[in-house]
Amino acid sequence: MKKNAVSKNKLYTLAALLVIIVLLAFLQANSAQYSYQISILERSAIYAVVAVSMNLLTGFTGLFSLGQAGFMAIGAYTVAILTIPVDSRASVYYVNGISPAIANLHCPYWLALIIAGILAAALAALIGIPVLRLKSDYLAIATLGFSEIIRAVIAAPQLDRITNGSYGLKSIPGFPNLFIAFGLPALCILLMVLLINSSYGRAFKALREDEVAAQAMGLNLFRYKELAFIISSFFTGVGGGLLAIFMRSIDSKTFSINLTYDILLIVVLGGIGSITGSVIGSFLVTAGREWLRFFDNPLVIGGFVVPLFRSGFRMVIFSILLMMVVLFYRRGIMGSNEFSWEGLGRLIRSIPSRIKRKSKAQKHPAGIPLCPESMDDSKKGDNA
Amino acid sequence: MSNIAKTPINVLHMQDITMQFGGVVAVNGLTLDVNQGEIVALIGPNGAGKTTAFNCVTGIYEPTFGQVDFMGETILSNTPKGKMKKTYLGEVSPRPIPIISSTPDVITKKGIARTFQNIRLFGQLTVFDNVLIAKHMRAKQNVFSATLRLNRKEEERMRAETTALLEEQNLLHLKDEIATSLPYGLQRRLEIARALATEPKFLLLDEPAAGMNPQETQELTDFIKQIRDSYHLTVFMIEHHMDLVMQISDRIYVLDFGKLIAHGTPEDIQNNERVIEAYLGVSDDAED
Amino acid sequence: MSLTTFLQQCLTGISLGGAYALIAIGYTLVYGILRLINFAHGDIFMMAGYFMIFAMASFPWYISIPVVLLVTVLLGVSIERVAYRPLRTAPRMSVMISAIGVSYLLQNLATYLFTALPKGYPEIPFLKKIYQIGGLSASFVTFLTPVLTLIIVYGLIILINKTKIGMAMRAVAKDYDTAALMGIKINRIITFTFAIGSLLAAVGSVLYFTDRMTVFPFSGSLPGLKCFVAAVFGGIGSIPGAVIGGFILGLGETALVAMGYSTFSDAFTFVLLIIILLIKPTGLFGEKTTDKV
Repeated sequence: MKKNAVSKNKLYTLAALLVIIVLLAFLQANSAQYSYQISILERSAIYAVVAVSMNLLTGFTGLFSLGQAGFMAIGAYTVAILTIPVDSRASVYYVNGISPAIANLHCPYWLALIIAGILAAALAALIGIPVLRLKSDYLAIATLGFSEIIRAVIAAPQLDRITNGSYGLKSIPGFPNLFIAFGLPALCILLMVLLINSSYGRAFKALREDEVAAQAMGLNLFRYKELAFIISSFFTGVGGGLLAIFMRSIDSKTFSINLTYDILLIVVLGGIGSITGSVIGSFLVTAGREWLRFFDNPLVIGGFVVPLFRSGFRMVIFSILLMMVVLFYRRGIMGSNEFSWEGLGRLIRSIPSRIKRKSKAQKHPAGIPLCPESMDDSKKGDNA
Repeated sequence: MSNIAKTPINVLHMQDITMQFGGVVAVNGLTLDVNQGEIVALIGPNGAGKTTAFNCVTGIYEPTFGQVDFMGETILSNTPKGKMKKTYLGEVSPRPIPIISSTPDVITKKGIARTFQNIRLFGQLTVFDNVLIAKHMRAKQNVFSATLRLNRKEEERMRAETTALLEEQNLLHLKDEIATSLPYGLQRRLEIARALATEPKFLLLDEPAAGMNPQETQELTDFIKQIRDSYHLTVFMIEHHMDLVMQISDRIYVLDFGKLIAHGTPEDIQNNERVIEAYLGVSDDAED
Repeated sequence: MSLTTFLQQCLTGISLGGAYALIAIGYTLVYGILRLINFAHGDIFMMAGYFMIFAMASFPWYISIPVVLLVTVLLGVSIERVAYRPLRTAPRMSVMISAIGVSYLLQNLATYLFTALPKGYPEIPFLKKIYQIGGLSASFVTFLTPVLTLIIVYGLIILINKTKIGMAMRAVAKDYDTAALMGIKINRIITFTFAIGSLLAAVGSVLYFTDRMTVFPFSGSLPGLKCFVAAVFGGIGSIPGAVIGGFILGLGETALVAMGYSTFSDAFTFVLLIIILLIKPTGLFGEKTTDKV
């Protein structure tokens, strides 16, 4: 029975992968026609990497870092500096000239991404030593501060010849094809999933559940917190590098605190402690940002100018959304559950009964306890 | 109770342990020994400093003054420094001794395991994972080999050992339950199982019978003896249930207001005037 | 650097430090009671700046200032009511995220309502008047800020140490649950704490922005972060600590700007945080707390 279920799931997964590959091949072939959709999907995939890395820390280790934008900035600038073709550098740095130290530094994008991750991880290690050893409460504020400083330093005139100051960096080579554009984020997420399901992932969860008990199990608090923070920052840095490759031109304003908040919204909306949730969340939020663009434009219905609709309204909606999720829907979309084919099957099968239940509940306003049934459902799933 | 071998091997030696919080001396010059294979109880009225003494052994607190030896090796030793020099209130006058500090995880690795007065399980994780986590520290792996699944053998060994342990503890049928969903008694059992999974030589139990009825307490008495024998443990426990303490202990230490007021076999303690005055005078039931 | 320039810089630093101190107190009070880093505090301070702009558009300063203080207090208290109180029993991380959410909302709301462009802060004539003392010349606000800060802090310390509500605040900060069992109305104390914090932020905002002259939606975020660091530096939970932390921060920053390292004056704050965490994690005046196991 059990083996049967496993191989069935493998089959489903393979089929799903195949569908995705065919879809990507289709988009690749028609990339000109679907460029807008592709760019949304690519951005979502990159945000998913950063969101999962934030979740690794927040949802699985119980630490709270708000340095995503800063670590992404480090990653993005590293990748940009290392991959802009040497020939076009003169035109990129035409205002201030390029520092001789980096003028001829060049490497392939995959190596640049790894270096980007390592640099971000190294900075995280430095921040982590004082903060995580003593009061992880302050991690949020320390990382938020560092993130702002990194942005300020990047824009600082003293570094003009490296970061090109407020002009930003342009002419970053993009992804060679869609398979790489989606394959790399997928690889990053896969690595993080493997980590979370490994012995180390269990150690992180133990830390989240109870620090004192985790120590009594032989886990060194500082070492494991630092490890989680470094790994999370590594992938955040890689995510920043991917963003640079995706955007092809970056400047320090890209990495403002709002970027961190976007990622936070994704994680909270998807469910703190759910990788699947973070991935779904990043696609929803990124696509949502595009769909909700109309909030920023004046809306005229039949000659009547609807009030409120003007520049900035969309961000207000976004922040209210974040607040609503935190206050009323704390578990987010997925809670701390992960995707499984059984879960999906259960969800689909439960739709008719849910609709029925809803109409019943409306007929009986006193309400029928919904829990026993849904608990039965989950039991069935466990046995399968 | 026949385990006191010819020449007892010292497992735990606490020398002049003093723990001061602000102006309160929670443990005051405590000196005691636990020998291999023994079951030793630490008793005393509420607030006597028993749990604090445990926390000093397991590295959760750094004692203000004193020394802790485990299997002949000094694992903790401290002497008042800085401002504490002036405000020190302990009975034993401090002398300069080398400062050795160990974090709780290091102490666990050396072979001391403990349970907690108010159960501390990894609440949202399954019974199986709770025990499996204890196996992590002794596994030969690193974060890369674990992530890339190059540690298959180790992982399988850890899982097999966990399964075996749960089987021995009659918890295997519950392995997929979430820890907090277990009834109270089973949570205590799970906590002990988890402590055993760290492969200890020395087990500290902080009120293992708290909240148990007489029958459960009786079962626990047999259980503690049984694990002592089958895992070759030395047991040091804090307990309020006098029946259990008197039945099971080879020796008893009595603490009151942070100070040791008596020490001896259960018979000695039962007849000790000071103990009766400080502790047994209070009816057993009133304790809970 | 001549003595006069040095003193002039010191005066600027002390003045900036005074404003920081007032904001830092808000953080320290809230953290002391709820163990919450109130990320929205800096944005409450920013909103107070905007309130002043609008109040001054219709009223003279002696009416505007009380109005702004009142409205800011209302804002702070209602944020607590709406965004923090429903999460009283939730994990601390949820409350922290809620606080970030409020901060995000206030910033976006300010951008939406007042645009992202800096708005001129109204001039309050008597505060802007230039005084000469010896070789030093500075506006009245520069002299007023540190004096006012010290007076307010003195009052606050008396309030906390001598009054009944102050005693209740100390009790809640020491042990939340026991305080509740002793019959202290926790919610009332928390509301009161937020009211004081917001009031001081509003006062700080008047002093700070009169010097800076413009307000924009993000003008609260960095000062907010800095003031939290000031509170940590002084020992979180300690009011004198927050004040000294604020002054040290103000002086240090001004010194760096005077030396020409203005880009790194912001970084200074966080270096300070790292240093204090390494040397004395509880801050200058913080008490060592031991978690009960």
